[in-house]
Amino acid sequence: MKVQDIVDKLGLKVCSGATGLNRKIEGGYTSDLLSDVMGNADENQVWVTLQTHKNIMAIASLKELAAIILVKGYEPEADATEQSNLEGIPILSSEEETFELTGKLFELLKK
Amino acid sequence: MKFTFFIEGENFSKAGTASSEVKKILKQLNVDPKIIKRTVVSLYEAEVNVVAHAFEGNMNVEIFPDKIVVRIEDKGPGIPDIDKAMEKGFSTATPKVREMGFGAGMGLPNIKKNSDEMNISSKVNVGTKLEIVNYLK
Repeated sequence: MKVQDIVDKLGLKVCSGATGLNRKIEGGYTSDLLSDVMGNADENQVWVTLQTHKNIMAIASLKELAAIILVKGYEPEADATEQSNLEGIPILSSEEETFELTGKLFELLKK
Repeated sequence: MKFTFFIEGENFSKAGTASSEVKKILKQLNVDPKIIKRTVVSLYEAEVNVVAHAFEGNMNVEIFPDKIVVRIEDKGPGIPDIDKAMEKGFSTATPKVREMGFGAGMGLPNIKKNSDEMNISSKVNVGTKLEIVNYLK
């Protein structure tokens, strides 16, 4: 599955990093603790969080994540957007809350 | 090969820059991706520790044919009780730092888990020295 597929299927807004919409997704990780994501997420996973600051991009880049999804309609901060465009790792946004979004994402990715 | 990167205390917008540079170098050297991943996790955590707790620090990286040795030395408050600091969940981070999703007391345990050797020494009101060694073969 590609990032573009979950954008379409979950009705996500593409906030930044649109050049990375063809990145492959191999799973997901949901957490708001950066060290938890750093220690436990794997490459090509999509990360669900409510953190919006630039450091989420540092994590996404170092871990080579496929994309970040912000919940509850949150938008990335300006410097996070800039970094996302630079690295081509999309930051997406959902109106849904973490529980609902993660559930839907899990259903999509387990197939 | 030797490299040194400066780490600025409290500047979270630059946190991860040094680790990212080291990652690029290791990739160029065709180091096993699994070893790069482990090294990157430990270096990022060490870098964030300097940003979150110290005034400033340096990341000194030495790459040998068989290992990478990284020494992170900071000027800062130091760690009064290293055993306590190594416990999962123990943190002295400020509320502001915690709100950002840091300071969950996972940094040093993550470093230990993702390094082959880890040595730490600290002097209160002077600073902390951390050495991370990962074997490349």
